[in-house]
Amino acid sequence: MRSLNLRATVVSLLLLFCFIGVWQLASSGPLVGAAAGKQTAEELEYLKMMGKDAGASKSTGFPSPLQVAQASLGHLSDPFYDRGPNDKGIAIQLAHSLGRVGLGFLLAVLVAIPLGFLIGMSPLMRKAFDPFIQVLKPISPLAWMPLALYTLKDSDVSGIFVIFICSVWPMLVNTAFGVASVKREWLNVASTLEVSPLRKAFQVILPAAAPTILTGMRISMGIAWLVIVAAEMLVGGTGIGYFVWNEWNNLSLPNVIFAIGVIGVVGMLLDLMFGQVQKMVTYVE
Amino acid sequence: MTQYFDPYNADRPLLLKCSCGKDHTVAEHQQQASASSATAELKRRSLSSEFEAYSNAFIEATLVKAIFPQDEVRRRFLRAVGKGTAMAAISSVLPMASLQAMAQDKNALEKTTLKIGFIPITCATPLIMAHPLGFYSKQGLSVEVTKTAGWALIRDKMINKEYDATHFLSPMPLAISMGLGSNTTPMNVATIQNINGQAITLSLKHKNNRDPKNWKGFKFAVPFEFSMHNFLLRYYLAEAGLNPDTDVQIRVVPPAEMVANLRAGNLDGFLGPDPFNQRAVYEEVGFIHILTKDLWDGHPCCAFGTSTEFIQKNPNTFAALYRAVLTAAAMARDPKNRELIAKVIAPAQYLNQPEAVLTQVLTGKFADGLGNIKNVPDRADFDPMPWQSMAVWMLTQMKRWGYIKGEVNYKQIAEKVFLITDARKHMKALGQPFTDGPGYAKHKIMGKEFDAAKADAYAKSFAISKMG
Repeated sequence: MRSLNLRATVVSLLLLFCFIGVWQLASSGPLVGAAAGKQTAEELEYLKMMGKDAGASKSTGFPSPLQVAQASLGHLSDPFYDRGPNDKGIAIQLAHSLGRVGLGFLLAVLVAIPLGFLIGMSPLMRKAFDPFIQVLKPISPLAWMPLALYTLKDSDVSGIFVIFICSVWPMLVNTAFGVASVKREWLNVASTLEVSPLRKAFQVILPAAAPTILTGMRISMGIAWLVIVAAEMLVGGTGIGYFVWNEWNNLSLPNVIFAIGVIGVVGMLLDLMFGQVQKMVTYVE
Repeated sequence: MTQYFDPYNADRPLLLKCSCGKDHTVAEHQQQASASSATAELKRRSLSSEFEAYSNAFIEATLVKAIFPQDEVRRRFLRAVGKGTAMAAISSVLPMASLQAMAQDKNALEKTTLKIGFIPITCATPLIMAHPLGFYSKQGLSVEVTKTAGWALIRDKMINKEYDATHFLSPMPLAISMGLGSNTTPMNVATIQNINGQAITLSLKHKNNRDPKNWKGFKFAVPFEFSMHNFLLRYYLAEAGLNPDTDVQIRVVPPAEMVANLRAGNLDGFLGPDPFNQRAVYEEVGFIHILTKDLWDGHPCCAFGTSTEFIQKNPNTFAALYRAVLTAAAMARDPKNRELIAKVIAPAQYLNQPEAVLTQVLTGKFADGLGNIKNVPDRADFDPMPWQSMAVWMLTQMKRWGYIKGEVNYKQIAEKVFLITDARKHMKALGQPFTDGPGYAKHKIMGKEFDAAKADAYAKSFAISKMG
């Protein structure tokens, strides 16, 4: 087992190095700089206007790993700066994004879990709610954005709403499924012992359905993190999505690649976190 | 040499890290230092008594001009009633009448913390530079200028009152006030932000295809439907005999994506705001085919505006805001300030663009992408005068391309939205008859004269249009 992990790590690192090596080779085009030789004053000025004079630091083409590393270092070395509302450090942007995701997700939990219990415990409710869930579930959360902006009249709240609406469905469906598939025998035992409905819900059904519910939450969190970037690119202001958009405005690919990396790592951490919680509630029959 | 270090350069110091001790590259340091020193220099200039006198005079002149856009009328009026009466009359019409008093009495402000939206393009220069230069705070306002992701969002945030005032495309307040593409909310244009300053940029692959007659099947981009960009591009294409609705494709694309799409070959060209025309040149993906200045010299582009409700509720705050933006416009108009302004608005919190690009846009000395250096000092200018005739022209084009259906009362809408104070009734009260409306000038677009008085005939005069 240990040797397998070790070997997997080695292969992972090899893949990474290959990837960066190929990237470096592919992106190292001819260096930009004034071609030596005789140029008229006007030609020189034109080159300068194109950002190609000797002192310029313009990069053309796809950025190399080195440029990305340099950009990343710049952002990571000063993650908390705040230069007005339109230019903040990467940590502050991440905090804004995580805050939105957290709030939207929490709201979704508050709605999806009780509703999921209701649907899971009552076949009537399941049949009644089913068409709505089936229609609403596949709607891209961003499609709600114009409607949200119109009705909620606040772009920040709209962003949170979009997170809410995208994370509510997997949780709702999984909760309902988990609750519905609690073993009949367990429920029968509870009934025989004349357990109160509330106690039945919290002490029998909840622990039994917890792994399924957590799976739903994990999927929801993944989707929420996917969506927040797109939502923030739409509404702007703050957050990691805004950061990507702002650097896109400047056509600054090194910064965009850095942001992509950050988004990936944070997404992974969120997923790991839910993975751990999931382990805690999993039981063996 | 590499872009990081330059060890064999006799003219530059060789630094392995930034000599100021902070952890950033030398280039970054220079950029930051140049931005802050430019800000300081411009601030110093703005505090000089010379500029103060100039900007006061400029604001007053703008206001008088707003009442009497036709100089002949202004003269007639002054001669007839005398200077004293005229000044009294003017102060009775203007919501900005208390401007001079305002400067002393800051308590009168109804609201001091404001949020203003902008799109990161050079059109917004006065609005943006007023922030680092302290023009807002000088008026007792604490303003947050917020970069916004797109025009639709500007519209929504304005309607939602998230923003107190904003950078608009000048046709937008007309559209919003008429309920086109949104629910009807009365908006006002207080000043035009900039005139000229746009261009048609084409992909480099079309550098030998400069005649618009051959552009059938091209894919173009404009920043928003209700934009001068859209109207001017349509006008230009139609003049060349192309129907912009059927012969070419015109897409709405945010400016930043225009350059990326041009590079990817998804677009053949765009009529977009600067700095993205110049950026396309800088990125070596496009060239500047024609400046919009050559289509209509002095055409309006973006505007500074707010909702009618905001003005009614906060007349003094609005006046202070108006004054701050006009001060900035006065500064931006002066060519000798332009290079410094480029430095001030280049950093990440404002336009986030290479300074070299902004300097070319603002000074008008630029590379055209085909190897030539052009010198057009009035490539971009900042004339705040919101001529109502401009609004009427926009409305005729909205009508022409089917954005407005049915009868349009051009002048009524124009006068409601574009804040040249309606001096007509006051003139009448003073026994000054005149036939033409006060806010109307004649414009020339691609050689064809436009007279707001004959707007309906003008709208119907085009061979290519979408009017049924």
